[in-house]
This record gives sequence, C-alpha cells and structure tokens, in this order.
Amino acid sequence: MNQKAVEVIGVSKNFGSYQALKSISFDIRSNEFFTMLGPSGCGKTTLLRMLAGFESPDTGSILLNGREVVEIPPHKRRVNTVFQSYALFPHMTLEQNVAFGLENLGWQRSRIRSRVGEMLERVHMSQFATRKPAQLSGGQRQRVALARALAPEPEVLLLDEPLSALDLKLRQAMRDELRMLQRDTGITFVFVTHDQEEALDMSDRIAVLGGGEVQQIGTPTEIYEEPVNRFVADFVGETNFLPVEVLEAAGGMATVRTPFGQLIRVSAPAGVTKGAATLSVRPEKINLGDQAPATAFPAQVVNKNYMGGYTHYLLSANGTEFRASRRNASREGDTIPVGGTIAAGFAETSARVLLA
Amino acid sequence: MTDSAHHGPVTATAPRARAPGFWHNLAFWGLLPSWLLMGVALLLPILIIAAVSVATRGAYGGFEWGFDLSGYRQILFNEGWTGELEFTPQYLVIILRTLALAGVTTLICLAVAVPVAYHIACQPPRLKAALVYLITLPFWVSMILRVYAWMIILGRDGPLPRFLEFFGAHAGLSFMYNDGATLAAMVYTYMPLMVLPVFASIEKLDGTLIEAAHDLYGNRWVTLRRVILPLTAPGLISGAILVFVPSLGAVLEPSLMGGGKQMMMGSLIQLQFSGGRNWPFGAAIAMTLLVFVMIVLLLIARRATAKESTA
Repeated sequence: MNQKAVEVIGVSKNFGSYQALKSISFDIRSNEFFTMLGPSGCGKTTLLRMLAGFESPDTGSILLNGREVVEIPPHKRRVNTVFQSYALFPHMTLEQNVAFGLENLGWQRSRIRSRVGEMLERVHMSQFATRKPAQLSGGQRQRVALARALAPEPEVLLLDEPLSALDLKLRQAMRDELRMLQRDTGITFVFVTHDQEEALDMSDRIAVLGGGEVQQIGTPTEIYEEPVNRFVADFVGETNFLPVEVLEAAGGMATVRTPFGQLIRVSAPAGVTKGAATLSVRPEKINLGDQAPATAFPAQVVNKNYMGGYTHYLLSANGTEFRASRRNASREGDTIPVGGTIAAGFAETSARVLLA
Repeated sequence: MTDSAHHGPVTATAPRARAPGFWHNLAFWGLLPSWLLMGVALLLPILIIAAVSVATRGAYGGFEWGFDLSGYRQILFNEGWTGELEFTPQYLVIILRTLALAGVTTLICLAVAVPVAYHIACQPPRLKAALVYLITLPFWVSMILRVYAWMIILGRDGPLPRFLEFFGAHAGLSFMYNDGATLAAMVYTYMPLMVLPVFASIEKLDGTLIEAAHDLYGNRWVTLRRVILPLTAPGLISGAILVFVPSLGAVLEPSLMGGGKQMMMGSLIQLQFSGGRNWPFGAAIAMTLLVFVMIVLLLIARRATAKESTA
C-alpha cells in the first residue's frame, strides 16, 4: 500500500523568465487518490503534463514505479490522462474511442472487444456505444473519457480538472462516481483542481501548491484543520486571520493573547516564536449566544447574510472584525439582529497559530 | 392563425400576409440579382459551348447551328474517305496524359502542402499571419511572368543548371521543354491553392486530440493516420479539388515549359478554336473535360454527405 507510484524529485520548470515550478519534491503512493490543489498559475497543470510526458522538467527527475521517465515519450508511458476538454476523437464512435489505446498496445481483437464492452458498462454508456461524441452531453462525454483512459489499465491515471466543465449537480454526482471508480480499480489517481471542496471531498491526500512550490501535503482533515501557513489556511476553506501576540511557544503549543484580551493555549506549527503572529479561526468554529464557551466575549453584529441552512455574521469586537457562521438548527435559528450585541467565542482546540 | 388570436379587432392583413402577391414576394426580388448573375455568368456560357459542341463545322472555320455529334465522335474515331470509322487513340492519349499530369500535380502539392501548412499552423499568431500572406504573394504577379521566371530558373545558364555545374555537372545543362518542367511549373502555380485550405483545416485541429492520441500509446505515424488525417480530410479534399480542376485545363505551363511538344487537353481545345478552326470539336473536348470534373466532384460530394449522415 505504501509503495511509491510516483516520485517527483527536485523538479523545476521555467517558461521564459517565469518560474512555474521551483524545485518541487514529493511522492504519490500506489492506489491512492492524490490531489494537486492550487490557484491557477500555481504549476499544478504543468506538473501533471510532466507526469503524462507532454512537458519535460528543466531539472530534477520523475520516477514512475521506480523507473525514471523524463526521457520517455508519452506514448511509451503506462499513464493515461482524462483531459479537461475530454479530447474525445470526434470522428470515432465511443467504442472506437475506448478501443484506440488498446489497439495501439497490440491487444487481441477479441480481448479489445470484451474490454471495451466492460468499460462502457462500468460508466453506464453501453447503450451509446455506436454513437459519436457530438451526440452526447457533457457528463456523458466525461464518462467516456474516463472509460477510454482507464481501459488500458494504466499505472497512474491523470485527471486535469475533469469536472470544471460540468454543471453543479452533475459535478457532485461525478465526484462520487470518480471516487468509486478509484476504489474499484485500485489505480492511482492524480487529480488536479482549483476547487478546494472537490479536493477535500475526494482525496486520500492533498498537495496544496502555490507560487510554484508545495505548500503542504496531508490528508483533507490535516489540510483543513492544521494548515501550516497563511496561504493554505486562506486557500482551503474560509477563515479569520486574527493578529495575536505569542507569549510563549514550545512543543507544538503556544500561549497567545487575542485582540479580544483573552490568553489562550492553541496548537502551533514548529518554528513559531515569541512576538506578533497570526491566529486562524474558521467561521463555523466561532460559537455565538448560548452556544458560546466560557471564554466568550461580547461582539457587535455588523452585518449578516441569511443563507437558509446557515447564517453568516460579520462581527466586531475590540475594533477587530471577524466572521462567524451559525447553523439554523431550528425555525427560530436566525434571531440576532444587525446592530445587536451577542456573546462570541471559540474553543482553544479550534484555533491555530500560523507561520507568517 | 388560431381562433384565439381573433379576440381583438379583426384585421384584413392576416390573409394577405399568408398569401403575398407576386409583387410582394421579397425573397424572389431579393435573390433575383444573384440568379441573373449566375445564369448569365455561369449557365449561359456552358449552354453555348454545349450547343457549339453539337453544331456543324463551318466550311471556312466557325460553325453552323445544328445537331451533329461528329465533334464527339472525332475524340475517339477518325472518319475515313469512304465514311468508315477507324479507332484513333491520339486524343484519348492526350486526355489520359492530362489526367495523369493533373493527378501527379495534385499529389505532389498535397505532399508538400501538408508539412508546410502544419508548420505555419504551429507558429505564433503574428508570424502565422505573415506566413499566410507570403503564401498568397505570388498571386499578385501575373501568372505568365512567373512561368517565364521558371523558364529562366530551369533553362540553359539558369540558376539551377549553374548551381549543379558548380558541383560537377556538365556545362550547358537545361531542364526545360519536357514533362518534368511542365510539372514543376504546375506544382509551383497551384501550390497556394492547396496550402490555404489545408492550413485552415489544420489550424482548426484541436491540439489536445493529438496529445490524447500520444497519451493512448499512439506513435507519430498512428497519430497522423488515425487522428490528424481524418480530421483534416475536408481541407485536404477541397485543396485537391482546387488544384486538380485547374490543372486539367492548364494551357500556359504545357506550352511554355513543355515546349508544346506534349499536347494537353487545354492546349488541344485552344488549338481547335484558333489554328484548327474546328469549334465543334474543341467544344466537344471542353464538354468532355467538364464531365470528368463533374464526375469527380459528385463522387466527393456524395462521399462527404454519406459521412455526414453517419456522423
């Protein structure tokens, strides 16, 4: 299980004077759903294209199952890609599309036929086998692209923002379907996206990329609950950045003074020292009114947005503004008026000091 | 007009809108100029030539209206003194030679144009526009001048023989006045007509499809054969038509470059209308040429529509 499917070692890439990747290193384990998450221009697509073989790194090496592949052309790598635009061959039927890779691998005709049938069955597209891509909807094309890429049983499946062209409801359904396909086939999936929700929902592990560097690698919970720096905390989910003063830091914990005058002990990554720092608290972890803990402080409601299931509040205390959200658990849930004062607070375990 | 629409004041315009009078048929009057232009510029000349082809040859050149198929008969048969018909392949040879020359010209243009167009399509937008402009540049110079330029290039003491002499070829070399010279000039003349449509179809080609082909274990040859060629076929076909059709009627290149030694259909037709003074025969050859072209175009059109209906 912990065998390495992909090893990226010291890979860098420049486009002219622009540094797309700055000496990146990380491993992807066999059979895991690995996501590269980051804003556009963070280098995630470049990295994916390097794994496929469409780009080559300026420095560093890439190993696929322990084998150096930088010099190997795309058609000789046991890696398949699901393209963002699907890239189905418009002049071929779905069957022909799915069979294309198998024919090039020199499979026997009878084996190709049964494999194509099996793959189309798996993505629920059997009844359209003889149609052409133009006769399909976006979601259907997406599933055919998946079947085509999975048919040759690649060592690694690369997915380049495959859900971004679908509408919201379909996207949700495809997430579950992708996750299930990955579990069933046991193939290593490398998924690229800028959508943090997708990444949190589907991945075994996430690499957050930013500015051509790996910012953090971890499980979805680690990334969301224990972001190592401001970039990760900001990009994944919503959060409040509160200016705090670190009084003492040791052993992964720190004593800080909040702008609301409290002294609290919170978790902190290695490298946090005494002095000014940033505290990250997620809006949903700030409790209001009768749900607020003993350490609560009074805050004024500056604005609120009623979202149905939730209400988002913009609050102010001691001249510091912050956001909180509350689940409307009952019919009378949203009763705090704008301009009113309410008790607000958060558990010490819900906050985290960040580097820089 | 449904009944529910009649709850307002009843107007008299409804029936008139349904059946407009002749003078109010805007579509007819709007399209009339283009129908007239097509009729006068396209249909009328062809009808005249068709009429001439079945006319009788005049005693002193020209023709007399009538119905006489001897013009067509003359393509394959010679009429002896006693009126018996004798099969003579001389014009058939000319027709076949013309078809072969046009075919070879088309194939060479295809082979050269595909890599050229591909290369242009891969350039950044500004350079691409400049290169396309350069491809069309020869059209700005009269064709006859360009053919004379080729006569200089290939002829005795021209740049090409001189260049080869430099590498040891014997002096006084000339490449003029043979089928090769004719072919060179024809390929040169019709090349832009091939490059432009091929370029247009290659440029439209989605680059990720090529990547997808490589990704699915297709090498360069497989990718070219199974993805690039099928998807650029419309451009290749229209380029081939644009080169093949005028090649069939080429007059200038065979007579200037080939030295007029090898008769082609174009020259043959011209000869019948000028020196030969046999207009019905010339018109009959022209109609034969037209039928060949129509057959080729119909076959291609039928294939294209057959493909579309299965798409």
